[in-house]
Amino acid sequence: MIKRMFIFAMLALMAVIFFNLVANYSENTSLSKLGHYYVENGPQELGAANLVTAVVVTYRGLDTLGEVTVLFISAAGVGLLLRRTRRNQDDDKGLKKGDRAEETANVNMHKPASEIVETATELLLPMIILFGVYVFMNGHLSPGGGFQGGAIIASGTMFMLLALPESHISRLMIAITESLSGFSYVVVGVLGVVFAGGFLDNRIMDLGTYGDLFSAGAIPLIYTLVGLKVGFELSAVLDRFRKEDTGPV
Amino acid sequence: MNILTDFPISLIVLCSGLGLILIGLWGMLTQRNMIRMIIGFSLTDTGIHMVMVSIGYITAGTAPIINAAVPMNEAVNMVVDPVPSALVLTAIVIGLGVTAVMLAFVVRIYKARRTLMIDECTESKW
Repeated sequence: MIKRMFIFAMLALMAVIFFNLVANYSENTSLSKLGHYYVENGPQELGAANLVTAVVVTYRGLDTLGEVTVLFISAAGVGLLLRRTRRNQDDDKGLKKGDRAEETANVNMHKPASEIVETATELLLPMIILFGVYVFMNGHLSPGGGFQGGAIIASGTMFMLLALPESHISRLMIAITESLSGFSYVVVGVLGVVFAGGFLDNRIMDLGTYGDLFSAGAIPLIYTLVGLKVGFELSAVLDRFRKEDTGPV
Repeated sequence: MNILTDFPISLIVLCSGLGLILIGLWGMLTQRNMIRMIIGFSLTDTGIHMVMVSIGYITAGTAPIINAAVPMNEAVNMVVDPVPSALVLTAIVIGLGVTAVMLAFVVRIYKARRTLMIDECTESKW
């Protein structure tokens, strides 16, 4: 009871802090100094129409590399926690008999999806993946980018896992694509040090015509690599959370 | 009285974000079911993103994307701050990674204990 009172007292104090924040809040009417610089110089310097992309990929590119690393580590952590080793299967056997039988019954009761759902999945899945590719290829021109495109590709994977539970995702293919795109991302960053102004500088390639698909230097390349990496990593995470997870490797 | 000047859009987003943070904290502190605690975490996370986005808003600003409607030389007076948006983009991805790892832990605990209640996992409590 005293714990509960303590929790409510803490929340009330937080609410007081937040109330003061809100009471003294006034909307900004002009950009901050940093934002002003990015908006003023971003388009000419980097050739990217989407300024958020310019900030994410180039000005704060190192943060994005760190972000991709965090995502990779969390995907690896999920894989480590949910892996099926011999020892784990022995643990499962040690459970109460009833639980085990119930689990097996659940797996057997897994009804296949209906004809309509299966056909719709086969029809829609390529389009969803194509849309994901579109979103990360156009990240420098329109809202979107590598992370959003990758999330769309992973949603396609989710769709497939739900509608066609028997489908198999090759872990090896995921591992190879993920490692290659992550490695190429770092290589592109290092090329920036050698040929342009610094790590992850996008001006190693020609800036091209402003507003074209292949413009803004290395930004489309970097976002394609990020999109592939994120898409495959999230697909791997989703695959790990499947119940019938008994595949090798 | 003009509702748009008295309650600017960013203030509404800010208040909703702060409200979500409080609800999420309450959920994390009072719920004993681990899935509900993770839901509380996600709510707090989303609330923080909303607060960050609302701070970057400029009165009557539009998305920071240069196109026919936002010409390059006038963009400085027309767009919202791109920096908080970029930070939120990062924060969303990190939040997703953290949530996935937490859920994986819950799956493992459930496999070992057959329970989702945090009260029954007390041996590592100090």
